[in-house]
Amino acid sequence: MSDIKKFMFVNRKAPHGTIYALESLEVVLITAAFDQDVSLVFLDDGVYQLKKGQQTKGIATKNFSPAYRALEGYDVEKLYVEKESMEARGLSEEDLLVDVTVLGRAEMGELMDQQDVVLSF
Amino acid sequence: MLHIINKAPLTNCALDSCLRVAQSGDILLIEDAVYAATSGNAFEGKIREALDRFKIYVLMPDLEARGLADRIIEGISPVDYGGFVDLTTTNKNCQSWL
Amino acid sequence: MKFGIVVNEGPYQHQASDTAYLFCKAAIEKGHEVWRVFFYHDGVNNASKLTEPPQDDRNIVNRWGKLNEEHGVDLVVCVAAALRRGIKEENLAKGFRISGLGQMVEAGVKTDRLIVFGD
Repeated sequence: MSDIKKFMFVNRKAPHGTIYALESLEVVLITAAFDQDVSLVFLDDGVYQLKKGQQTKGIATKNFSPAYRALEGYDVEKLYVEKESMEARGLSEEDLLVDVTVLGRAEMGELMDQQDVVLSF
Repeated sequence: MLHIINKAPLTNCALDSCLRVAQSGDILLIEDAVYAATSGNAFEGKIREALDRFKIYVLMPDLEARGLADRIIEGISPVDYGGFVDLTTTNKNCQSWL
Repeated sequence: MKFGIVVNEGPYQHQASDTAYLFCKAAIEKGHEVWRVFFYHDGVNNASKLTEPPQDDRNIVNRWGKLNEEHGVDLVVCVAAALRRGIKEENLAKGFRISGLGQMVEAGVKTDRLIVFGD
């Protein structure tokens, strides 16, 4: 596959309550391996996926949050968080386990418009 | 961009978030999101405001299934599945707000 | 136009699979090509041949199979998601095949539009 497209993954769901966040991460890693231009967006409850200090031992599920830190190793470096979503949840950049670019809602909307493929789970 | 929404506006923030973030384009209401297209619902004010910025469509078979086909807010355009397909082709990209 | 479709929810539980199917049918009727439908998350349950809906209900699994038979739509079930949920070759319905997530990426690259149906 020689064609490179702009793939955006929009994460709007919190982790753990459902499997969407984990299985979405699996797709992101595969997409990067196909040499596509990958962006990740965290919007609404999706911002909770990036919260530092997640401990899943007590709910007996896999803690996949460290995997977000591994994204860089797959050349997935475009991580965007919407400012309004983050603030509405009482979070700031210091609460997040990876470096992200914080965008206002309008900038986020423009970024979405520029994509070829937008996937959400 | 075509924004596809499938959640009822009073139980889920998908439509609200779309209206907050999206800059322009078309919005298509399907499945439980069709409730947003009906007059008298508490979200109607926001829909009316949004009509100035977006063209809004509703998937009629979904509205008919829910017994509300006669309550479409003025300005919202009804489409069938063929119309849904057309909207995905006339817009250069699309996003499902799941 | 060439379409790719992603189905993220199981049949009967959520409307996503019905909407995706009716979209595919309408697209084909309009002369478009539905190149591939990729089943992910609980969507993999669309491919279980053990499904037996009541007589008076639609058969979602067979309906997908017919799209493959009559229009050559490639029905791909994600292997990782399928194994998690007990979908294997031995209970895979006719017309479906099990493969990797790369097939979803490929659908994004090779089609004009990739449309996601889910919850």
